[in-house]
Amino acid sequence: MNVLTVLDLLGLNCRSNKDLKLSVAAGRKGLSREIGTSYVNRPGLALSGFFDQFAHDRIQIFGRGELAYLKKMSRDERKTALEKLFAFPIPCCIITSEYDSETDIVEIGEKHSVPILKTELNSSDFSQRIVTVLGDYFAPSEIIHATLVEVYGIGVLLQGDSGIGKSETALELISRGHRLIADDAVKLFALSGEILMGAGANEVTRHHLEVRGLGILNINHLFGVGAIREKKQIQLIIHLEEWNSQKNYDRFGAQDVTKTYLGIDTPFIEMPVKSGRNIPVLVEIAAMNERLKKLGYNSAREFNENMLEWLENKRTRDLYFKNEDQF
Amino acid sequence: MEVRDVIVLNRAGIHARPATMIVDTANRFKSQIFLKKDDLQINARSIMIILTLGATYKTPLRIITEGEDEKEAADAMAALFDSKFENE
Repeated sequence: MNVLTVLDLLGLNCRSNKDLKLSVAAGRKGLSREIGTSYVNRPGLALSGFFDQFAHDRIQIFGRGELAYLKKMSRDERKTALEKLFAFPIPCCIITSEYDSETDIVEIGEKHSVPILKTELNSSDFSQRIVTVLGDYFAPSEIIHATLVEVYGIGVLLQGDSGIGKSETALELISRGHRLIADDAVKLFALSGEILMGAGANEVTRHHLEVRGLGILNINHLFGVGAIREKKQIQLIIHLEEWNSQKNYDRFGAQDVTKTYLGIDTPFIEMPVKSGRNIPVLVEIAAMNERLKKLGYNSAREFNENMLEWLENKRTRDLYFKNEDQF
Repeated sequence: MEVRDVIVLNRAGIHARPATMIVDTANRFKSQIFLKKDDLQINARSIMIILTLGATYKTPLRIITEGEDEKEAADAMAALFDSKFENE
């Protein structure tokens, strides 16, 4: 399980619709506290003294309601209520509404080394964003040996033994205008248990390709920012392997073979490598075919249906002409 | 399956040159060779993925080999780590 401290949360690089707009108001000493879950809690009941089932391992969000409640209390009541709350090992408190110094929360937080953070966002926006951000962070993940490219908008994961030509295939695809997400080390995430995302496993090595004979290439510098992408949903997995004459490869393509990562099934193709087979082109076609399937057109199935219809027609025609011949 | 526990002894950690040496050594053998750091187990034949480990000075790593020459492979890899990636 990943560990996320409050300090890590402040340092997360979240942009645009995930920007949490956080700043520290008090309790810097407690920034090493750990956030153990992606859920958040509104501590209204706890402030009123009801601590049964109190979710103290979650981030506590103080919105307008909580602050108004604190403000209504007398100074002593407020102190007792907050001290009781801060006696629990809560990760941090986040104030979403306009901070009001009358509520003393900053002073008491500082005294107990509980990080008190402020955000410019309102409670509902903030709750939404933090659940997404923490959900992404705590998503089940796995690092695998593969290459991830985006081909015609489809995230294609290339797998296979070392030296089979994953990186070379990726390089050819990039020169044809497709995009690289990660080479060799791909970090997979399962988002809400349904979407399989892939990204570079490491900030430093991502968007670099290692090609035998050329060494390490920086794709961002060589091909420009249009040739790279940070992360992408994986929609197709292609396994490259040496052509094995003993093995039956899919000749028809009507079966839906899938491979499971982190509990998510993804369409899977075994692609034999042999001289005379242009792998990048085959990958491109596989990606286009996958798009076609997503749009509801399955080439192999349609072909089969047309064939059956034609055979049926032919039979009736044959019957008809045969009858005519008899006259 | 052969297992060896090693510690990164060179100050700079596993950067590009040591990673290249690991891959070169791994490629001399037929066995599957893995490096394991904490829960992360990776293929020792890929420079990029070795660098991704972020193995710094004094990081404990586990070498796992599997195949017909697993013992020789494990010994050669362990020797490489012990030599601090200095000889070539």
